[in-house]
Amino acid sequence: MELEAATQMGMALAAGLGVIGPGIGIGLIGAGAMQAIGRNPEASGKIISNMILAIVFTEALGILALVVAFIIKFV
Amino acid sequence: MTTAYAAETAEHAAETGGSIHVVLKAEPIVELLGFVVTNSLLLTWITMGVLLLFAILFRRKLALIPGKLQAAVEWLFESVLNYMTETLESEKLARRFFPLVMTIFLFILVGNELAFIPGVGSVGVEGEHGLVPLLRAPSTDLNFTLALAFISFFTIEVTGLAALGVRKYGSRYVNFRSPVGFVVGIIEFISNLGRIISFSFRLFGNIFAGEVMLIVAAFFVAYLLPVPLLAFEVFVGFIQAVVFAMLTLFFIKLAIMEPHESH
Repeated sequence: MELEAATQMGMALAAGLGVIGPGIGIGLIGAGAMQAIGRNPEASGKIISNMILAIVFTEALGILALVVAFIIKFV
Repeated sequence: MTTAYAAETAEHAAETGGSIHVVLKAEPIVELLGFVVTNSLLLTWITMGVLLLFAILFRRKLALIPGKLQAAVEWLFESVLNYMTETLESEKLARRFFPLVMTIFLFILVGNELAFIPGVGSVGVEGEHGLVPLLRAPSTDLNFTLALAFISFFTIEVTGLAALGVRKYGSRYVNFRSPVGFVVGIIEFISNLGRIISFSFRLFGNIFAGEVMLIVAAFFVAYLLPVPLLAFEVFVGFIQAVVFAMLTLFFIKLAIMEPHESH
């Protein structure tokens, strides 16, 4: 395989595979938060702010994969 | 190395014919006595200038009966201080760490949001390989985020040392009481070092990925698609500033807590 093609594929694989985990994670967090709001609608403000915090942590992993992809492609 | 890399990307853009041009690192603008001033450093200085100017002008207008702006700033500072008091469970500690946490928050926030002013990224100087933007969001330079991560990391560790003493704090990392405790200490040490990486890459990755997403969106559906994405990126810039400041606060809280002695 040529180097150019290999980098292209490497970038796509790094970004694509790396986003699977955080995707599942954010889904679980959102599902949990919605359930919690359904059980206790009064606490929705607090739950949503905590949800966003948890999502940010999970998202950071996906972003990490994305950064690796960029580094493969451009450095 | 910089020129070779820039040449490569320019060549690549030329041969694919696309206008998507992504530059991973900040590009140098001028060199002052061997000190390279990059475009992201320029916007960092502007951010500092904006904050300083605001502080000086605000200081001059302080009144006993607050106006609208003063009321808003007071509300912001008070709610942050209240939240910190709640988290640290001590008003004295909250007051001690308030300047650091608030400065981190304001600095990152203003830096991120200034990048959305028209002209940032589009106004530039003609370099050797095409247009070099004059300004670039500070957080899209790893040096900026890494520096903030180091500040936060050393504050956390020194706070822990000062609050618990060398013996007690050190027993978190080096613990000969049991083999399990020893391994846990090593893991704790590595995970604390990993905070530098996660701190810096979280901020860098989020903002940089946002910029790239905007470029790509503008390439596919110009004028239409970037608008909601821009609004989202403004939100992301705010959230990332909150997260950086909040995590610093939480880790300070973790560092000053007594280690678990039993078991």
